[in-house]
Amino acid sequence: MKLHEYQAKELLRRHGVPVPPGKAAHTVADAIAAAKELGGDFFVVKAQVHAGGRGKGRFKEVVGPEVLAQVVAGAADVPGEGGVQLCRSIADVETAAGMMLGHTLVTKQTGAEGVKVKTVLITTGADIATELYAAILLDRQTSRLVLMASTEGGTEIEEVAAKHPEAIHKVWADPVTGLGDWQCREMAFKLGLSGKAFKGAVKLFRGLYQTYLATDATLVEINPLIISHDGDVIALDAKVTVDDNALFRQKEINDWYDAGEDDASEIEAGKFHLNFIKLDGTIGCMVNGAGLAMATMDICKLYGGEPANFLDVGGGAKKDQVQAALSIITRDPNVKAVLVNIFGGIMRCDVIAEGIIAAVAESGLQVPLVVRLAGTNADIGKKLLAESGLLITPADTLADAAEKAVAAAGR
Amino acid sequence: MSVLVNKDTRVITQGITGSAGAFHSRMCLEYGTKLVGGVTPGKGGQLWEDKLPIFDTVADAVKQTGADASMIFVPPPFAADAICEAADAGIKVIVAITEGIPANDMVWVWRYLQGKGCTLIGPNCPGVITPDECKIGIMPGHIHKKGRVGVVSRSGTLTYEAVGQLTEVGLGQTTCLGIGGDPIIGTKHIDALKLFQADDETEAVIMIGEIGGSAEEEACAWAKEHMTKPIVGFIAGATAPPGRRMGHAGAIISGGQGTAEAKFRAMEEAGVHIVRSPAEMGHAMKRILG
Repeated sequence: MKLHEYQAKELLRRHGVPVPPGKAAHTVADAIAAAKELGGDFFVVKAQVHAGGRGKGRFKEVVGPEVLAQVVAGAADVPGEGGVQLCRSIADVETAAGMMLGHTLVTKQTGAEGVKVKTVLITTGADIATELYAAILLDRQTSRLVLMASTEGGTEIEEVAAKHPEAIHKVWADPVTGLGDWQCREMAFKLGLSGKAFKGAVKLFRGLYQTYLATDATLVEINPLIISHDGDVIALDAKVTVDDNALFRQKEINDWYDAGEDDASEIEAGKFHLNFIKLDGTIGCMVNGAGLAMATMDICKLYGGEPANFLDVGGGAKKDQVQAALSIITRDPNVKAVLVNIFGGIMRCDVIAEGIIAAVAESGLQVPLVVRLAGTNADIGKKLLAESGLLITPADTLADAAEKAVAAAGR
Repeated sequence: MSVLVNKDTRVITQGITGSAGAFHSRMCLEYGTKLVGGVTPGKGGQLWEDKLPIFDTVADAVKQTGADASMIFVPPPFAADAICEAADAGIKVIVAITEGIPANDMVWVWRYLQGKGCTLIGPNCPGVITPDECKIGIMPGHIHKKGRVGVVSRSGTLTYEAVGQLTEVGLGQTTCLGIGGDPIIGTKHIDALKLFQADDETEAVIMIGEIGGSAEEEACAWAKEHMTKPIVGFIAGATAPPGRRMGHAGAIISGGQGTAEAKFRAMEEAGVHIVRSPAEMGHAMKRILG
């Protein structure tokens, strides 16, 4: 689960990580009040959306489609104001918050559709001498948490990692000792820090590690991590992602879930315990198992088709889940054919067949349906489908199914 | 021979009185697995379905039954503890079926298991099977056939697909390892390849990977230097969009890492016979082994 910046900063602050003073606001009036409370004459207003690239993003309601196209393409110098604005007065804060709240921010990551901004974060402006990068994440290769940091902060860190991997320093935490102070010092030395900034960085790294553990994060990322001219070390931006599998013991964070940025069909699928991800193709796929679901999408593409979705009905799907899955898939107007691929293990193919028959009988299916059943009770399932009198194209193998589905979608 | 489990493997189920644990224990017994008992804390001394003794602790179960393998169905919040309990009791092969264990718990488990001399399969996996001898997991037994090829895969049903194809072309399987779709798993592709390389019966391996992480690349780097047996390889997720978790917690392309293309390339560099179509795994192996 992704958190908003203001939520991530609240968690970091609790674990001793310095963040700029700030307040979240849902209305322009609140934004003005927040700025007045913070005081001073230098503020930053930041749109709170999960997508990255906010600063270079632009608002749909403010600029024209040709500008938005540039944003999505990742152009460097796009005219207009973005999702992060520097303000020198309360009046500027009012203008910035007014431009953001209730409007649709398009960034390179959101695609042309964009996301609606419901919250802005008002912070005091920072005095930046140096921009660094720091993150803690799970290193799958060593099965340990790794602290990564670099002097190349503020830029696209993926690019740095690809072109100059030596510029990213790493230390690995043993879960028995945790991230050691000596490791935090080692990292601060590698970043070339000294004096007050050195001490601040060591404390901050400890705080990142504590935040990671306490929140069951899968990523805690600070970019940029800044050092002020006075030597203060501050997390200027923050990204925290929390492990979905640990939400059962992260009640507070679980309550912060913001469904606003997820696809409506994906949310509905979640209610039926279906794993669904919408894509842009024309072949709707219903499969049991995540690996086989991916493989089914891949083979559709191999035969010249494009999958419209990823859908895993899970290991023990019941009739109503099958019905819900078919209904969610066919709601997408791009879908020209549906491919059902079930390899029955624990899941019995006759149960799947009953679900398909019920779904088609109830809602009527407007697009061709190709069904491949294999494994447990496949013969009974196939017989049920054949005797149902419904227009279903049976397929014997994975290749046969893909070929038939692609042909059906092309007609 | 075979890999990890055989007809002499003595198995217990941790979480045998839960619905999934009970159902799959029944299926394993039916398949012929030497299931010798179960563990549910607080129900020690009772008899499970009039057949098998239930113990309060894994240590008791090991002492009384001589169990050397465990199948874990304990719910996610308590599963990490169950894995450590099994290791502490001296269980040699721990198969964790449970889906949804927090990644941070697995960081601890992984560390704890170092030096314990046991093998963890999973979590979030279908399990391990040596056809006609021992099935520890949730895979449908009847699609398997004793034979010549080892299978290793992160996913369940895609493994069944490969198994079905191998059975169809008449080659059969020595042992099938479903290693699980989580970011931290006990047995990785590289470990499975090492086991299959060392096994006399296994003549070739089907290796199925998926997007996310770099475990397939690490296995390929090892295979390039050490593997003498042919490998047929497939990677699922060539059409998956970046940044989205495709069902499995570990199946996600992030920061340009873990793409299907990079993994296919690593396989090719290691001399793996890659198939771009998941329907071709069995045929490709048939062409190699004849």
